This record gives sequence, structure tokens and C-alpha cells, in this order.
Amino acid sequence: MTPDLIYGLTGIAVFAIGLVGALCAQDRLRRVLALKLCSVGAGFVLVVAAWRSPPADPDPVPHALVITGIVVMVSATAVALALIRRLQTLEAEDDDD
Amino acid sequence: MPDLIPLVSAVLIAAGAVFFIAGTVGLLRFPDTYCRLHALTKADGLGLALIALGIALTASSFGEVFRIALIWFFVAVASATGGHLIATYARRVDRAEGKEGS
Amino acid sequence: MTDAAILFDLLLAGSVIALAIASLTVRDMFAAIVLFVIFGLLSALAWVRLSAPDVALAEAAIGTGVTGALLLKTLHHLRYVTGKLGEGPARGLTPTAPVPAGVIWANAAFCGMITLGLALAFLGAPRSGPGFDALVAEAMPASGVDHPVTAVLLNFRAYDTLMEVVVLLAAVIAVWQIERGLSDAPAPALGEVWQGFARLTLPAIVVVGTYLLWKGSEAPGGAFQGGAVLAAVGLLLLLSRIYVPQPAHRGLARWAFVLGAGAFAGVALLVSGGGRVAFEYPAEHAYALILLIEGLVTISIAVTLAALFHGREPVAAPVPEGRNDT
Repeated sequence: MTPDLIYGLTGIAVFAIGLVGALCAQDRLRRVLALKLCSVGAGFVLVVAAWRSPPADPDPVPHALVITGIVVMVSATAVALALIRRLQTLEAEDDDD
Repeated sequence: MPDLIPLVSAVLIAAGAVFFIAGTVGLLRFPDTYCRLHALTKADGLGLALIALGIALTASSFGEVFRIALIWFFVAVASATGGHLIATYARRVDRAEGKEGS
Repeated sequence: MTDAAILFDLLLAGSVIALAIASLTVRDMFAAIVLFVIFGLLSALAWVRLSAPDVALAEAAIGTGVTGALLLKTLHHLRYVTGKLGEGPARGLTPTAPVPAGVIWANAAFCGMITLGLALAFLGAPRSGPGFDALVAEAMPASGVDHPVTAVLLNFRAYDTLMEVVVLLAAVIAVWQIERGLSDAPAPALGEVWQGFARLTLPAIVVVGTYLLWKGSEAPGGAFQGGAVLAAVGLLLLLSRIYVPQPAHRGLARWAFVLGAGAFAGVALLVSGGGRVAFEYPAEHAYALILLIEGLVTISIAVTLAALFHGREPVAAPVPEGRNDT
């Protein structure tokens, strides 16, 4: 058993958990959280793909891709959260009327 | 002498781990937020200090020791501040709920 | 030794999966976010084990730190608009309708099939096969920097990175538009201990962020990690109210948002011509150009992330005072 096998399967499991969460969760905030889990799971698989057994250096290209992915994900999360804030405010105002 | 350093370092790190375990047990077993915070901040602060000391013993240069000391200092400050914030918030919630309950 | 390391890997993998499940199933939303933050930090630890320190730093700083702050800020806002501020556990913030069990099972079956397919594909794929390592190693001397990940990000695949900076820019524009006219939740009063903490750590964070940026050319670190750490400065300033966003600073903020993408694209176009394509830096200036781009992109990232955390564009209307959350 090697680290890449362990963490690769971990990544797939985390992706699956995120997928179930994104489809089944009721709370909007939690759905965003679930999508974020999916992105971390995908990151796991890419980092595993870059891994070489220790004396050898890992492949830098997937690493760069994951870093790009992390930054894109934080942008997407920020927009999603802004939409949630807006939506919730509108609903709260409707309730008040 | 050189043989002694890894041994001392290992003992320190193990002792630090024991304190972390004690803190975690406290977190799981203690009844309310304040007791849990007490266990966590005290035990983990000491555990972290011991582990940092153990790692610093094996450091290869003075710069490394300095960076480990910095990490220890800022984690300790952050954990103290975090503990204070959590306690303040918990007290506020308790008061709000206490008023509603009684 | 190897066995102990594998044991550690198994424990870590188990904790990561358990935390992922817990953060989706725990009822209190605040606890869910805290569990998610721990999940992110442990994932970063796992990536250190997979010898990917750059990715781990980015995940810890951006994927966990900034994202966690964004989530908590949103939770605070949702509690404010639903009138649940100052209550303990946050449950059921969004109106929910019960989902039929059939739908849940169908979803679960669907996800299970996808996961099974992914796992089979992963197990069947050749692992540790030849990737781009040899190509990158061969081209390293021409890149101008000594760290392969930085070379890939800023030189070999600089188009990706430029687009990534543009995505950040698009996000901040979108957030400012979406939040236009939205009322601000009152900032929580954090007390004097927090103020002291902010003042103590601010200079240190500035040093750490700059160090990460500078170190990026030869060791793990770089513009994104440094920018995220510097964004923490912005978060501290905003939370401790040392800096309150002013409408007059909007112009400056816009310039800071555009600075990174603009400088990046500008350099790319300037070096092109004379037989070179965009991003083909002349070898003798490559290091200086990369450092210039990284420095400006770092400023841009730091300001953009802090703005994303603040959310609403600062407007002229005075924030009503005395509407505290206590």
C-alpha cells in the first residue's frame, strides 16, 4: 500500500461525499460547502497524479493546475455566497411585508 | 552527546503528544464550553511548547530554531485570543438564553 | 519506518473522510463550517505528505483560510437578516421542504455509480507514469526561476495563471454588483483582546506574506500563497475596524483589482514581437519580469480577496450606528 493509493481513494471518497451533499442538502450554505468538498476531492486526485515515490520530485504541472483550481474555487465560492446573501435578504424582506 | 539529542527530542515530542491527548479527552468529556476551553487552551498550549522544543533540538541551523519559536509564539497568541473570543461569545449566548428561559 | 508512515496516512485519510461527512451532517451550521476548516487543514497536511507543499500552502491559506472567513461572514449575515443573531446553534437558516426519500435514494445511487466508475478508472490508470516532469526539468534553465511550480505558473503555463487572475477580477465585479444596495450586518464587537491580537500580528503577517512571495522563485511559495496571507492583513484590518472602507477609496480599490491582470497582460504583450510570442520572456530578464508580475499580482490578489470578504462596495450612505448585535 502506497500513499498515492490511499490518498487517491480518499480524494474520490471526498468527491462522492461532496456530490451527495450538493444534491441532497437543503441549506444553501451547506450546498456551497458540499461543492467545495468536491473541489478538494478533485485536488486530491490531481496531487496524487503528480506524486512520484520519494526520491523523485513530483510533477509540477498538476500542482500548478490545483493551485489555479483553488483560486478559481474561492472566486466561485465568493460569488455563490454573495448570491445567497442577496437571496436571503430578499426573502426576509418578503416575510416582513 | 550527539546520541542524546534525538532521544531527548523524542521524549519531549512524546510528552507533548500526551498533553494533546489529555486536552482532547478534556474536550470530549467535560460538560460545558468553559471547561472544554480550559482543557484545550492549557493542555494544548503546553503540548505545543513541548513539541516545538523537541523539534527545535533537532534543527540544523539557528534560523530554523528562530522560525519554530516564531510559530510557537504566534500559535500560542492565536489560541489564547481564540479561546477568549469563544468564551466571550458563549457567555453572551448563555445570558441571552438564560433570560429567555427564566 | 514505512509502516509507521503508512499507518499515519491511513489515519489521516480516515480523519479527512470522517470530517467531510461530519461537516455535511452536523446540524449546527457554525459547527459545519468549523469542521470544514479542520477538513481543509488536514487535506493540506495530506498534500504535504504527497510532497506538494505549494498546493498545501495554497489550500491552507486560500481554500481553507479565506473560504472559511467568507463562509462565517455569510453565516453572520444570514443570521442577521433572519433575526437570529446572538442565538446559539444556527439551524434551518434556509426555508426547507422535506425531500422525498425516493429522491434521496436516487441521488445516492447515482452518486454511487459515478464514484464506482471514478474509483475503477483511478485503480486502472497507470500511476507514477511519465508526466510532464521530464519536459519541465529540461526547460527549467530557461525559465528564470529555480522552483518548478513557479516556473510552470508564471512562465510555461502563464496563460492559465493570467486567466485565473481575470477570474478573481470577474468575481469581485460580480460580488459588488450582486450586493449593491444590500444592507450590512453589524460587525461583531470583538473586544480588546482581539484588538491587541490584531495589532500584534499585523506586522508579522505582512512580513510572512512578503517572504512567501519572495521565496517563491526558489522554494514553495509564490504570488497566490503570499497574496492570501496578505489578504489576512485586510481581514484583520476590517474585523478590528482599524480600516473602515470609505466610498472615496473605491477608485483606488478598482485600480488595485485590475493591477495584477493588467500588468500580467501588459508584460505578455510587451515581450511579444521580434519573433517571440506572448509570455516568451527574454532569458536575461525572465527573473526580473516574473518577480515584477508576481509582486503586482500579489497586491491584486490580497486586495481582491479582502474585498470579496468585505462583500458590499463601500457606498456614501452612512452606516447607522448603535445597531449593535448585543
